[in-house]
Formats: sequence, C-alpha cells, structure tokens
Amino acid sequence: MSRAMTLKASQADLSVSLWRRAIDLLATFAAGSAVVLVLLPLGAVFGYLVYKGIGSLNWAFLSQTPKPVGEAGGGMANAIAGSALILGIASVIGVPVGIGAGVYLAEYGRNRLGDLIRFTADVLNGVPSIVIGIVAYGIVVLRQRHFSALAGGVALAIMMIPTITRATEEMVLLVPTAVREAAYGLGVSRWRTTISITLRTAMSGVITGVMLAFARVAGETAPLLFTAFGNTYWNWNMNQPTAALPLQIFVYAISPFDEWHRQAWAGALVLIVLIVVSVSAVRLVAGRGMLKGSS
Amino acid sequence: MGVDIQVEHLNAWFGKTRAVQDITLKMSANHATAIIGPSGCGKSTFVRCINRMHETVPEARVSGQIRIGDLNVYNGTSATQVRRRIGMVFQKPNPFPTMSIYDNVAAGLKLNGFRDRRQLDEIVERSLTMAALWHEVKDALRKQSGASLSGGQQQRLCIARALAVEPQVLLMDEPCSALDPISTSKIEELIFQLKQRYTIVIVTHNMQQASRVAEYTGFFLLGNLIEFDKTEKIFTNPSDKRTEDYITGRFG
Ligand SMILES: Nc1ncnc2c1ncn2[C@@H]1O[C@H](COP(=O)(O)OP(=O)(O)OP(=O)(O)O)[C@@H](O)[C@H]1O
Ligand SMILES: [Mg+2]
Repeated sequence: MSRAMTLKASQADLSVSLWRRAIDLLATFAAGSAVVLVLLPLGAVFGYLVYKGIGSLNWAFLSQTPKPVGEAGGGMANAIAGSALILGIASVIGVPVGIGAGVYLAEYGRNRLGDLIRFTADVLNGVPSIVIGIVAYGIVVLRQRHFSALAGGVALAIMMIPTITRATEEMVLLVPTAVREAAYGLGVSRWRTTISITLRTAMSGVITGVMLAFARVAGETAPLLFTAFGNTYWNWNMNQPTAALPLQIFVYAISPFDEWHRQAWAGALVLIVLIVVSVSAVRLVAGRGMLKGSS
Repeated sequence: MGVDIQVEHLNAWFGKTRAVQDITLKMSANHATAIIGPSGCGKSTFVRCINRMHETVPEARVSGQIRIGDLNVYNGTSATQVRRRIGMVFQKPNPFPTMSIYDNVAAGLKLNGFRDRRQLDEIVERSLTMAALWHEVKDALRKQSGASLSGGQQQRLCIARALAVEPQVLLMDEPCSALDPISTSKIEELIFQLKQRYTIVIVTHNMQQASRVAEYTGFFLLGNLIEFDKTEKIFTNPSDKRTEDYITGRFG
C-alpha cells in the first residue's frame, strides 16, 4: 500500500510547492512594479530638470546676481544665499518649537490643552501656504513696515511647526515605558528623563520628521511673495527684503524672456539638488554618532 | 551597607481595584527576601511601591508606610530621592537603546550630575565586574550599544547600571524569567555576593531559585501576604494550607 500513497503524497507536495512558488513570484513582481511606479515620476522630474536646466548652469549662475533685462548672463547667487538665510531663520524658530510641542504632547499632553494643541496643529497643517504668508505679513511686515527675510522665515517656521510637532509626538510615544522606568528607577527626575532619555531615544525619528518639514518648506513660494518679497541684490540683513530661489524661479518663469526661462530651469535644478544635499548631510552627521546595534 | 525595609499597612490601587492589600512585613538588612505567588497576585505592584515606581502609573495610588533604614519613603521626601537609594532590575531587560554599554552603566551618575571622568571609569568597571559582565564587554564598552547584547548580557548590564549608583537596596522583579540556565545561575551567584552589601528583594516564579538565594520568603495571593517566614520553613513546613497548596503545585 505504502508506495502508491507516498507517491501521491509527494505529488501533492510538489503541486503545493509549485503553487507557492508561483504566488511568491507574483508577489515579488507586484512589489517590484510598485517600486518602479514610485521611482518613475521622481526620475522623470529630476531627469527633465537636468535636461532643461544643466545648459544654463555654470559658475556665473552660482556666483553672480541677476543682470538687468536684456543683458545675458548673471545668476542666482543672491537667491541661493537668501534661501539659506530664510530657511535658517525658519529652522531656528520652527525646530525647537515643533520638537518642544511634540514632546509636550507625548509626555504631558493627555489633557484638554494637549487635545487643543493637537487640533490646532492638524488644522494648521491644512491651511494653504498663501494664507500663512498673509499671516506673517500681518504679524511681521506690517509691524516692521517693510518686507524682510525675518518675515519669510516666520512664515516658513509656521509651516514647519505642525509637521515637526506631530512627527516628534509619534516618535516619542514609540519609546517604550520600560525605558522611561529604567531612568526613573535610577532616581532621574521626570523632566530630565524626558530630555536626556526619552527624546534622545527617539532622536533619529525626530530628525527624519524635521528633515521632512524642512524639505517641504524649502520649495515654498507663495508664503514668501509678500514676506521676503525678493531682491535683485545681495542681502545678509534679516530685516531687509531678500531674494529666495523659489521666488526667483517664479519671477523668471512667468517673464517673457527666453534667457530668464532657461535660468528658471537651472534655478529649479539647483533648488532640488540643495534640498537633497542638505537632507543627506544632516542624516549623515546624525548617523555618525550611531552605535553598533542601536536602532 | 544594607538597611532594613519596614512595610506597614501598605495598600496599592490601580484606579478602583486594590492590587495590594494591607501588607505588613520587615525585610532585613543584608539578606535576600523572595516574593512568590501566582501570576497577577500583586508581587510586582508590591515591589514597585517600595521605590515609589507604582505612582508613575496613571490613576495609581498608595497608602501605608514604608521605611528604608531611617528614610520614610512616603513622607517628607521625594520619589527621586527614594529611588537613588534603591536599585531596580526589571523583568524584561531595559537598557537605554541608543547608549553605549559604558553610558548605560554611567547613566544614573551622569544624569544626576556626576562628572568626574576618572572616577566614572572606575565605577563602570567595578559595576560591570560585580555584575559578571566585564570580561565579555570590556573591549566594546564605547563602541557597542547596550541593545546589541544578548538578553542575558542585557540583564546583567541592567544590574550593573543599578549597582553603579551604589544603592542600599536592590529590587529585582523576576530578573531571570527571560534568561537561559547559564545566565540564570550567573545572576544567582551574583545575588549571593551582593547580599553582603545590599538588602535584596527578589520576585520569582521559580521556587528552586527562591530557596537557593533567599533567606526569607513571602507568599502572596490575590494581593494579600498569606505567609512570611524563613525560606526553609515556607518550603518544608508552611503554616498556611494555601501556601502548601501553591508550593506543591496544586494551584497557581
Ligand atoms: N497598569 C495597570 N493598570 C491596571 N491594573 C493593573 C496594572 N498593572 C497590574 N494591574 C493589576 O494588578 C494586579 C497585580 O498585578 P501585578 O503585576 O502586581 O502581578 P504579579 O504578581 O507581578 O504578576 P506576574 O507574576 O504575572 O508578574 C493584577 O490583577 C493586574 O491585573
Ligand atoms: Mg510581575
């Protein structure tokens, strides 16, 4: 009896394993195509920018200020510097406030005030960026009586805060209670534990959230229109109107001049590259302190 | 040196449920006391009352008195002050995941403002040696994260971390429940040595372990202390029927 049965059984095994392999292949293929579908638009955007922008990209573009209409050459150096200044101001304001609020929500925010902050952050996240520009105009520009890098920085900071807040809250909540208890058990006070243990444990996730917020606002144009305003000259004073890459791209792109159109493409390429470079640099620096085996 | 722990009429609540009911007992200096009992009977809750960890749980509440030497735990002092005198080792190893082995051990001192690097080095080495971990990790102290060690090594790291702040009392809540027999026996040996300097309270589900390491044993049931006596007496000739049923494996 046994021979026939084992034969049958092994045939069954074989068909099961064939079936499994087919499914496995199918799943791998599906996942692979999903990856391609995600990468395709990204690659297309970047490829097109390189194609259109690389021609006008040269040393002059990176080191000179714009030339008057009709004159060839010139560049966006002042806009690159202005973007750096505005983003610096935005980060100095937005990162501490966002992280602070996120930590508060995660550790002490199980109350009415916490719910209110969460609600506010979510609403703020959905407010159109042009509206945030108007708000910054109202609270900074009207008071200073002129446009400024500070006003642009405030507008972008307001946009960064909700993203950073919610990301920080989520990351801090992921830190197990056991880790906090370990610190309490050593006689470490609650606020010290929050800062030196809990936040530190969540840090790599928090940094990811910060970089996400940074990359998002780095390309914003609308909130800068009537805050930083733009400038054709160099400016390092945060109380003066300042050029910014997205603004410059916008102005050049809607102009009727071919030369300016080409420079707008180059500006867009530079903007993307700078965002990628700064995000990678932060990740690299943050990752360097990482220990073997820590997550 | 160790100090006596005197517990009087201790009650502990989670919201409305009372998890620990009117416990009175004395755990003596430089001895190990084992706490045994079925799951959910309040052993962890009881131990967590001793270093005021219970009150970190939302809605949790405590009444009664605990004295550790001359320190009145629930009166006229702060929770952090109490916890600096009491080391705690948890059931699941909980090293600080982003810290190196060295920083894990030094954490208690550093976070409380201790800065002398030479002395820190010494204390870290001494604590790791006491926890029988020094030889396994001495070459990776600053390179490797605490989380990269094996479970048994992590638990010994947590013990070293607790010892580094030189507490008077060591609370251990099922320190071996996640460990293999070799790590377990290492930790038991350790408890044996630590007794000379500390007062030790150890929660365990393992009766052999209780009888190996502890001079005194308390048997808990449904939040009550049923019997507290010399370990030998509890395991050979208990006076309460429920204790006898439990240790002979008739329930729980
Ligand atoms: N965070 C909590 N919130 C509410 N009830 C809790 C909480 N922790 C424990 N309890 C309850 O308190 C009682 C005692 O729990 P405890 O953890 O002290 O038991 P235990 O004796 O340590 O059990 P085990 O041996 O399983 O660790 C249990 O009935 C449990 O359901
Ligand atoms: Mg327990």
